Amino acid sequence: MTLKEIKEILGCDVLVGEEDLSLDIQQVVASDGMSEVLAFARSKELMVTGLTNIQSIRTADIAGVSAVIYCRGKRPEKNVVEYAGKKRIPILVTKLGMFDICGILHARGLKGVS
Amino acid sequence: MANELLREAYEIQGGNFDKAGEISSEIKVILKDLGISASNVRRSVIVSFEAEMNVVMYAERGTLTLILTDEDVCLEVVDQGPGIPDIELALKPGYSTASDEMRLMGFGFGMGLPNMKKNSDEFLIESQVGKGTSVFARIRLNSNG
Repeated sequence: MTLKEIKEILGCDVLVGEEDLSLDIQQVVASDGMSEVLAFARSKELMVTGLTNIQSIRTADIAGVSAVIYCRGKRPEKNVVEYAGKKRIPILVTKLGMFDICGILHARGLKGVS
Repeated sequence: MANELLREAYEIQGGNFDKAGEISSEIKVILKDLGISASNVRRSVIVSFEAEMNVVMYAERGTLTLILTDEDVCLEVVDQGPGIPDIELALKPGYSTASDEMRLMGFGFGMGLPNMKKNSDEFLIESQVGKGTSVFARIRLNSNG
């Protein structure tokens, strides 16, 4: 599934990375614990989190995830968006909560990592 | 005997959450530019990032040294901090002494040290309570990890 399809299904705003919406996403890692993302992501996943600080993007960069979705309409500070742009990691925001995001994406065939 | 290709030391400032992780991002760029495989870059920077976060969260200051040879990536992290009274317990997944502030930052869920160990081919940790902790991690470039 492309990031563009995910954006439409979840009703996301794109904060940065509009040019990378053709990215193909197969797997999802969802957590507010950054060490969990580092432990389980294998690279190129979509990361779903409620943590909007700079460490969320640093973790995404280190773990090699393709894109980040912030849940419950949480928006990061400007410097976080700029940093993600520099690292070429798209950021999307949806009003949905983490449970619903995961349920919807799972029902459409995306898998988690474990 | 392995040939040392690069040695770089970085100072880590304890308590500085804004900058936490910057060094590891820089190391990622360096290793990638040197043509190290994506998998080995990933393992190396996960170790370095977790170590960096631990120093920022717990210690007053620390030094992270990156040593690249033609055989491996080595990371040495030495901090001046509270030390770890029971290393075996600290290496247990899920065990954490983190504060609420650390958890709000997305860290301190008891995965840091286990993550570092998992991504290393050789992992040594020594600690003295009241003085500090030192960690040595080796990531072999020919391993498939």
